[in-house]
Amino acid sequence: MIEIKKPAMAGTLESSDCQVTVEEGEGTIEFSLDSTVINQYGNQIRKVAYDTLKNLDVKNVKLAIVDKGALDCTIRARIEAAVYRSAEQTENLPWGGAIRS
Amino acid sequence: MNPNKKRLRRTMMFLNAQKPGLIKDPYIYKPDSIMLDLEDAVAENQKDAARFSLYHALQTIDYRGCEKVVRINGLETAFWREDVRCAVAGGCDSIRIPKTESAQDVKTVEEVIIQSEKEFGREPGSVLIMAAIESARGVMRALDICESSERLFGIALSGGDYTKDLQTRITGTGIELMGARQNMVIAARAAGVQCFDTVYTDMNDMAGFQQDVETIHLMGFDGKSIINPRQINTVHKIFTPSEKEVIFAEKVVREIDEKKAQGIGVFTVDGKMIDIAFYDGAKRTIELAKASGTYKGGLLDD
Repeated sequence: MIEIKKPAMAGTLESSDCQVTVEEGEGTIEFSLDSTVINQYGNQIRKVAYDTLKNLDVKNVKLAIVDKGALDCTIRARIEAAVYRSAEQTENLPWGGAIRS
Repeated sequence: MNPNKKRLRRTMMFLNAQKPGLIKDPYIYKPDSIMLDLEDAVAENQKDAARFSLYHALQTIDYRGCEKVVRINGLETAFWREDVRCAVAGGCDSIRIPKTESAQDVKTVEEVIIQSEKEFGREPGSVLIMAAIESARGVMRALDICESSERLFGIALSGGDYTKDLQTRITGTGIELMGARQNMVIAARAAGVQCFDTVYTDMNDMAGFQQDVETIHLMGFDGKSIINPRQINTVHKIFTPSEKEVIFAEKVVREIDEKKAQGIGVFTVDGKMIDIAFYDGAKRTIELAKASGTYKGGLLDD
């Protein structure tokens, strides 16, 4: 399980990207989303976010996403980048394991 | 030998792996290869984020036949080993090593590729290597670098850093690059690998770009690194044999095959003297046209 102890951010507000922030939760996953396509894709983004957190085994986090029309693969990449930044791990990452599409 | 080692590589388009807007659909421009960059295009504090972006792009985006090359960070950095693990795990076709100065540099990266192929269940030998040469020392050791590994499919000149090392600058005339280009293409041909030219950065000078591509084509290069989709058509046009060249090459191949059977060594085709020395060049023209998708004839089908 990855513990989110310190706040971290990844991604940008450029088109096709999203900015993800993680910080320590209050025992659960707290999710917030601001998206230019929230009506069409809000549920899908939420699904991808929860799936990514499940793969990473993150259970206690406040996750905020500001989406600018990112593909699912970008949303996953930014969440993982923020989580591993928080955990301060940059080497020997579990590609194809906890990090997977 | 990995069958991709000799594939067609007229254009290699640089893309910042950290920019989702760039890497989501570059295949629409039909470059032969895309070069997903973890090195100079990515800011120091974004190296980690770029890898996640790269990994998922490689895993999920269908690049429709474009070769997927990943440029890793230099061997003097703390980043390159994880770059290799990420790229191999993601499913890249090739790794581009920047600032290559010796055969040992290639072997050092190859070791980590071998470990990564094993770790992530890739077929041994499936990940190829290309070496970018960016210094006077690298140019002087080009042949050693070309012969350093069975995985190495080619070398590429990186003009910006090379001219800095040479204490000159990119002038647009190509004079400052002449020695490196000549040395590298000779080394590549001697070793039987491919050779690629540096980028042309002035997007407002398409005439200068065309001149540059024509020069390196005549020098024997296999292709050019590019930075903008607008440059693709020009390169492909120059590097794809014309219909006239293909028709002549077909005649040469057919005539040499026929005359050889009759015991004749020298003859003429369309008024030009032809002998066996023209055979491989003519076959190469047809193979290049075939790989470019413009050859509809049936020669060399086996």
